[in-house]
Amino acid sequence: MTAGARHRRAGGGSRIPALLLVPAGLALGFLAVPLAGLLARTPWGNLGAELVTPRVLEALRLSLVCSLGAVAVSIVLGVPLAFLLARVTFPGRNLVRALTTLSMVLPPVVGGVALLLAFGRRGLVGQWLDQWFGITLPFTTAGAILAEAFVAMPFLVISTEAGLRAMDRRFEDAAATLGAGRWTILRRVTLPLIAPSLGAGVALCWARALGEFGATITFAGNLPGVTQTMPLAVYIALETDLQAAIALSLVLLVVSLAVLVALRDRWFPTA
Amino acid sequence: MSLEADLGLALGELDLEVELTVASGELVVLLGPNGAGKTTLLRALAGLVPLDHGRVVLDGAVLDDVATGEHVPTERRPIGFVFQDYLLFPHLSALENVAFGLRSRGLPRAEARRRAAAWLDRVGLAAHAAARPRALSGGQAQRVALARAMVGDPRLLLLDEPLAALDAATRTEVRRDLRRHLASFDGTRLLVTHDPLEAIALADRLVVLEEGRVTQTGTPAEVSGQPRSRYVAELVGVNLFHGRADGHTLRLAGGTLVVADEHHGAVLAAVHPHAVALHRRLPEGTPRNVWAGTAGAVEVVGDRVRVQVTGPVPIVAEVTPAAAAELRLAEGGQVWASVKATEVTVYPA
Repeated sequence: MTAGARHRRAGGGSRIPALLLVPAGLALGFLAVPLAGLLARTPWGNLGAELVTPRVLEALRLSLVCSLGAVAVSIVLGVPLAFLLARVTFPGRNLVRALTTLSMVLPPVVGGVALLLAFGRRGLVGQWLDQWFGITLPFTTAGAILAEAFVAMPFLVISTEAGLRAMDRRFEDAAATLGAGRWTILRRVTLPLIAPSLGAGVALCWARALGEFGATITFAGNLPGVTQTMPLAVYIALETDLQAAIALSLVLLVVSLAVLVALRDRWFPTA
Repeated sequence: MSLEADLGLALGELDLEVELTVASGELVVLLGPNGAGKTTLLRALAGLVPLDHGRVVLDGAVLDDVATGEHVPTERRPIGFVFQDYLLFPHLSALENVAFGLRSRGLPRAEARRRAAAWLDRVGLAAHAAARPRALSGGQAQRVALARAMVGDPRLLLLDEPLAALDAATRTEVRRDLRRHLASFDGTRLLVTHDPLEAIALADRLVVLEEGRVTQTGTPAEVSGQPRSRYVAELVGVNLFHGRADGHTLRLAGGTLVVADEHHGAVLAAVHPHAVALHRRLPEGTPRNVWAGTAGAVEVVGDRVRVQVTGPVPIVAEVTPAAAAELRLAEGGQVWASVKATEVTVYPA
């Protein structure tokens, strides 16, 4: 902690009415106690054994494949969309931006239903995919990736767009005077300069994809080894094998904490 | 071999209409107040701002011609640009910054780095090749920016306030280095500044830009000797009068001015503050030009005392401290200002 932050905390902290400390403490407890519950019930002794059971390993593997796949889809499609939103003025841009972020606030289960209606075998697009290419998405791993990308991509788009808007575009001018064409500028100047925003976006996007539940189970189902990712496995295990549910939850908790720690400098610069 | 530009563009409040020619090997300094359009002019020459109308030709090759639709994009112009705050790429080392242009123009990595290293050595920064821009001082960053702009052998070098970001202590030294490096460059050079000292120290020729228009061009001596606008007159510290001449007499807005030579029509008259004498009473004898006035602001400038005299003919005088004391000069006091006819420089408006 820097000296400045210490001053701010000391000066500001003593200035709130004492009465506020009670609900503030309750809020803190409310947020922390469930985590404590999870940790208290963790079977530390045979945690290792719990984590290497075939179904846990299968769920872990699938979660990694699906979440990384969703991140890849989000990067390939979402970063260009962020450029479009940040750099191109076109009519209805605000509408497009709102549409982009809709899946962030949409209940994931509704997203799942919408995906089914679009990409299901009888869906708007799905029927053509099925007829022309023989591609079926629902209840496949690709479908799970699609569901996760649908929910997670906006995090990457928003973060990247913010980075693009905040950067000093004159660096691109400087690169152009040095003979760099658009692709060179993008690759050697723009992307490196927005790397922090891009990194934060990727981390958020990945964390969101990893935790995705509602859209996945609705669109891709809950097939072990095909679409049963960790959150789904936790949900199922809760009814049959509490120990496995806790072990899986712990893994997800550790990943979330890791993302938080990785982004701390960005979100809590001096605290 | 030269730059010929005749361009016009409107950008926000700015309405730029400029005709500009810079000979090859010539260093032209574009001088003007903030907001005059200097930076926009450089950006337009670099192709970073589109023209509304006009033509830019460099060494016989058309870079821009709105009439025919010709436009060479920035990355294909043979230019080097030193930006006001340098805009060194923060994620690249000093060496990589200098090598950037060579790399984007297709030079192999090793060759680009070798040439960049040679340039860093030339500007005395070989030891800082691996440093990120953040770790460089202002003067060092300026030299990296200069090396980056010059390493690609541009035909036109554009410099936007290259010394403005430096503190006064380093500026003198960096200006001397800049002058040396600019002298070693044989292409066309155009430098922008709002600092008259910098302009006079560096320029072969001055171009004064005010509110998007060229108001005066000439050598530093010509411009400072015969200012054509209030802005330039104030920069070089002389009194400037607009008037109509009829023989030896100039009619000014608030009086008349008698001059030594014969002139006719609209003229400008410059009077150096040293040549203005102040008196407590109406002086008798030789001076032909005497005006009553009130002493305004009194300030010490170097070893002289500068007095702003307000009245029908406002004028600035610089007198010795002894004279000021003898006159018991104070703000608001009544004075007479006199100028000898031979001390007035008159030239056509």
